[in-house]
Amino acid sequence: MTDKKIILQIKGLRLEAVRGGTVIVDDVSVTLHAGEVLGLIGESGAGKSTIGLSSMSYARAGVHIAGGVIEIDGVDIRKLNAAGRRSVRGRRIAYVAQSASAAFNPAHTIMDQVCESPILHGLMKRAEAEAWARHLFKSLDLPDPDTFGARYPHQASGGQLQRAMAAMAMSCRPDILVLDEPTTALDVTTQIEVLILLKSLIREFGTAALYITHDLAVVAQVADRIKVLRHGKEVEEGAVDDVLQAPTQDYSARLVAVRGAAHSERAVQSTVKPDTILKLENIDAAYGTFKVVNDVSLDVRRGETVAVVGESGSGKSTLARIITGLLPAVSGNILFKGKELPKTLKERSKDLKRMIQLVYQIPDVALNPRQTLLETIGRPVSFYFGLGGSQSVSPGEHQTLQETIGRPSSLYFGMGASEVNKRTRELLDLVELPQNFLTRYPTELSGGQKQRVCIARALAANPDLIILDEPTSALDPLVAEEVLKLLRRLQAELGLSYVLITHDLDVVHRIAHRTAVMLRGSFVAFDTTERIFEGPYHPYTEKLVTAVPVMRSDWLDGVLAKRAANSAESQAL
Amino acid sequence: MTSKTMKIFGHKPTTTAWIGMAIILVNVIVAVFGPLIAPYSQSEIVGATWDTSTSQMLLGADQIGRDMVTRLIYGARTTIGVAMATTVISFFIGITLGFSGAVLGGWVDNVISRLVDVILSIPLLILALIILGVFGSSIPVLILTIAVLDSTRVFRLARALGMNLTVLEYVEAARLRGEGTWWIIRREILPNASAPLVSEFGLRFCFNFLFIAALSFLGLGIQPPFADWGGMVRENSAAINFGLLAPIWPALAITVLTVGVNLVVDWLLSIESRPSGAQAEL
Repeated sequence: MTDKKIILQIKGLRLEAVRGGTVIVDDVSVTLHAGEVLGLIGESGAGKSTIGLSSMSYARAGVHIAGGVIEIDGVDIRKLNAAGRRSVRGRRIAYVAQSASAAFNPAHTIMDQVCESPILHGLMKRAEAEAWARHLFKSLDLPDPDTFGARYPHQASGGQLQRAMAAMAMSCRPDILVLDEPTTALDVTTQIEVLILLKSLIREFGTAALYITHDLAVVAQVADRIKVLRHGKEVEEGAVDDVLQAPTQDYSARLVAVRGAAHSERAVQSTVKPDTILKLENIDAAYGTFKVVNDVSLDVRRGETVAVVGESGSGKSTLARIITGLLPAVSGNILFKGKELPKTLKERSKDLKRMIQLVYQIPDVALNPRQTLLETIGRPVSFYFGLGGSQSVSPGEHQTLQETIGRPSSLYFGMGASEVNKRTRELLDLVELPQNFLTRYPTELSGGQKQRVCIARALAANPDLIILDEPTSALDPLVAEEVLKLLRRLQAELGLSYVLITHDLDVVHRIAHRTAVMLRGSFVAFDTTERIFEGPYHPYTEKLVTAVPVMRSDWLDGVLAKRAANSAESQAL
Repeated sequence: MTSKTMKIFGHKPTTTAWIGMAIILVNVIVAVFGPLIAPYSQSEIVGATWDTSTSQMLLGADQIGRDMVTRLIYGARTTIGVAMATTVISFFIGITLGFSGAVLGGWVDNVISRLVDVILSIPLLILALIILGVFGSSIPVLILTIAVLDSTRVFRLARALGMNLTVLEYVEAARLRGEGTWWIIRREILPNASAPLVSEFGLRFCFNFLFIAALSFLGLGIQPPFADWGGMVRENSAAINFGLLAPIWPALAITVLTVGVNLVVDWLLSIESRPSGAQAEL
């Protein structure tokens, strides 16, 4: 690779926040040779997207490029004027955004948007551009490549849009592609298809690429080299296999270890008691006339974790809404502790509501930004157990005091509520948060800490069953690992039962005793986690399992070889 | 507080916001301490019609020879007082109904919304004139009429804000816990809708203020001998024919207070549009 010419060279890049001058990216250098793929790896806030965008000399609002040289093919684009930079963007270097559905303009056809930049740059005539776009659609394996361009963005699926976005980026035949988490928003089974196509696209046209992701296993499939970033600084850079097999820095080693843990660590220690907590019998559910859950039966025992896995749209989140009573089932029975559980929330007693708690996927929107942790966690305590309680002082007064004067919230509940305060402190201890967080607001916490608060809020009700709706999918891998450990510890200590809704098979491996695989509203398999994953697989389970990237650089090639063998076999038959 | 810069709503006011606050403060002081500051009583005739300014009457006299400064000071009392009462009542009605509609949904929401649509479909000024014409124009009737009519506008905003907030997961979490509607409205929704509502309050206060001035100008607002700025413009409007300044002073008072309130509102709106808290992280 090194004998090829350098196509992108970033030296000493430094980005700062416009106000306050906080350093976002500090002295990062990137060298990209023609036809080479460099993976940028890091957790959220590591500055990887910022670096990706600044390779086009672009900075998001509120951030500016404070220093460094950005050379594309030997020309420092930071020294160009605005028109000069525009002529480089899209033509020499193109960007593929994380969420294609948000990046397309819904008012224009896909063809219009794909053809826009070659025409704008004066590279092609409309007819030429369309022909090239159709060629790209074909290379990217889009359905009906000849007519696909006539569709509007809402007429294509997420995976198709992501590929159309890649076609848009390739429309000017750029030398460099910046791929910003191009598969993160996709289901595993779609992700693998997009990965295969991106890889072949890069190979076919010899394009160099910056591949930005937080998933080591994904980047291992496409990248030649990996650069690990943390807090806007470079941790290490090396060839893919070197970083994966023998990371030199402690941080990279931890990232690699977390990703590998799923496959080595299979122990689910906590003891399951024989009594059944929750039993669903032949549940059907529908939104209006659209049926989303079809004849589902499930049982959860005390101290047990039952995972429900499936792709988005499979109905797994609907199942959570049925159990909590937010969406009444059309038919079937729900038994809770052996007794019939009313289907709607309204019919359930306060005590029944208390015993079933829910932890949401995105902790940012699951916590009221205007309530301190004491209010958030303390409320269910006083609400369900009436320890002191906020009734003594009108809550409206709390809010104004809190907002305008910022008095310590210990005042809010008065002396009579010292038990609530004490219990809230215990709960913070239980989820391993410091007790002085009591007066903090959710915005002052990190993502992982917020999820701990959500768990504490659920625990405050002293529940028997907690429904975990993708509890770790919004978190960075190292943080997610800690949250999973916490969940497992709480289960062992408190004998909780979990229903875990997820699409992440790693998480399932880590904490689920039994697993149900859901496809289009029905269970295709429901058994102990070992048996589900050891096989013999249901064909759909197999598809799910084999689509999860393994952290080896040759995994994708292996999958392709296997597929080729299979199709050859079927042809031979 | 150790920090030296003063903060309001957790933000440092801009220079224009300070100017606006100063204007409002002066008006409020004048309104509250009116009788103590005013040189004469509000119906006392101390000069000739439209006397020019003297050291006794700084801004001259009005159409029947009352002191203009005194009338303006008393006018501040009624005008600001009535506008404030009107806005507070209209916000109370509008927010309560709007949030209830958003949280409860279904037929409750439908009934309230259609009722509001009916009121909204009739021009505001005409409807106010009819009601005031039927019931007669006393101050309580005036306040209630404008408050009810204005609350339909507040309702629309509150309902839209409430709709956006009720679908959030922390509100769902409160519902799952079994919290009542009133608790959800007060604790989960109101605090998170307060910024747009406060700035809307400033705007609506100005509108009501101008609306009362307009009604007084038409003769259906605040009745003599009570002074109010809109009515003063009307009473003195004939002076324009003689090239006299008399109607300018109450008109100027209306303008300055309106601009002052709007300077503060602009600042509040700019805070709201800045990313902060959870919004910045999403």
